[in-house]
Amino acid sequence: MASGATLRARPAPRRIGKQTVQFENPPAIIATGTVVGPLEGKGPLGHLFDHVTEDELVGQKSFERAEQMMLQNAAYTALNKAGLTPEDMDYMLSGDLLNQLITSSFSALAVGVPVFGLYGACATSAEGLGLGAMLLDGGFANYVMVATASHNRTAERQYRYPNEYGFQRKPHAQRTATAAGAAILARNGEGPRVTIATTGKVVDRGIKDPYNVGAAMAPAAASTILTHLQDTGRRPQDYDLIATGDLALYGHRLLVELGRTEGGIDLEPVLDDCGLMLYGQDQEVGAGASGSGCSAAVTFASILKDMRDGRYKRVLVAATGALHSPCSFQQGEYIPTICHAVSLEV
Amino acid sequence: MSTNQQVSPEQRRYQALAKKHTPKPPVLRHAVAAFIAGGLVSVVGQFLTNLYARLLHLTPDKAGNPAVATMILIGALLTGFGVYDRLARLAGAGLAVPVTGFANSIVAEALEFKREGLIYGVGGRMFTLAGAVIVYGVVTAFFVGLFKALVK
Repeated sequence: MASGATLRARPAPRRIGKQTVQFENPPAIIATGTVVGPLEGKGPLGHLFDHVTEDELVGQKSFERAEQMMLQNAAYTALNKAGLTPEDMDYMLSGDLLNQLITSSFSALAVGVPVFGLYGACATSAEGLGLGAMLLDGGFANYVMVATASHNRTAERQYRYPNEYGFQRKPHAQRTATAAGAAILARNGEGPRVTIATTGKVVDRGIKDPYNVGAAMAPAAASTILTHLQDTGRRPQDYDLIATGDLALYGHRLLVELGRTEGGIDLEPVLDDCGLMLYGQDQEVGAGASGSGCSAAVTFASILKDMRDGRYKRVLVAATGALHSPCSFQQGEYIPTICHAVSLEV
Repeated sequence: MSTNQQVSPEQRRYQALAKKHTPKPPVLRHAVAAFIAGGLVSVVGQFLTNLYARLLHLTPDKAGNPAVATMILIGALLTGFGVYDRLARLAGAGLAVPVTGFANSIVAEALEFKREGLIYGVGGRMFTLAGAVIVYGVVTAFFVGLFKALVK
């Protein structure tokens, strides 16, 4: 009992505020690898990705296999760019959308790195970066790989309908991106640094429609972003960009409104959304992109490049995830959502 | 769907806000598209019925059976060629309600799950979408039949 009391009395040295940690030696993102499907390759960011696949099957016997190949390809691409091998990696933090994280587990089997499986749905990229930075700053690793993937076809058949089934999509529906991203975090090295991480709480504001995940996730984004600003004492304008995970068009608008009404701040000038960046307006994808690969591919390929080129000095990546399952929504439960945020700085 | 949870005032407020920001589907456009597409499907069905009646010397009642079978075949083929879902995205209920839509729901499931094998994949999953239609169609038919027999 006595030791418990002393532990409680001494604050953890790197914690600031309620949900935030600030790293003493901020780890650097030294290399990234991104692989996207054909439709994503035709989008406005198409030229920035390392690989664009010719079709959605990538020569595999199933879409699940294709998703694994894309994740492995992203991982090896990042390793090659960093001039490192799988043996150099102390940990891999990997997550995806499929039941029991099969994409991550089969990929980790192939790459052969000690792995922690993460489930944060579309928030996995920021969750991985935050946890990876904790492992490195805590002195538990020299190199950590953060990886995630999603595939339109595998997500459709798990969450929605078979791919050839004819139905009318709602205008607010989002398209799960076929995309994979991997990033290598290093204790020492050059690149944009992960300086602060804010871990999200699960939020449920009563949205039930699984096609309306943008609206379901906007309150989670508001909660984490506002808490982050409060914990760090920063203002929105201290960031060159606040990039949410994938709220898409209508969730993005809702977040702007929630920022005004619940935080009394105007996020709009610095706010953008990975789900709005991935596809062009002429690509008929409803309200925008979603899927764990979306924020990973957009952050790793586009936002980090802009940081290295000097366009942005400080970016908050606030990746949002909808944590429902087909079982939970068929049983009438609301959609639980989460948002994890990491501050990236050069 | 059951509503097995309490709605807090905060959730109720947000539901209203989200509703305000969520676009409404273009109902009129969908209805017109469904009317035209469904009408076209019916015209094709009628054409086939007349054709079979003339070629096979059947009564119009009997000619309906091979016509429906042909429509199912067309729906299944268009699904297999990957066309049906694209057409249905535009036509909506116009292609979902006719028998071709029923064929689409079964063939789409069978195609999707063929990689899980013939037993658990194709056999087990084929009627995931169509099963509800079959079950409640049969139940409804039973009660209508019962009602008809009793009233007589």
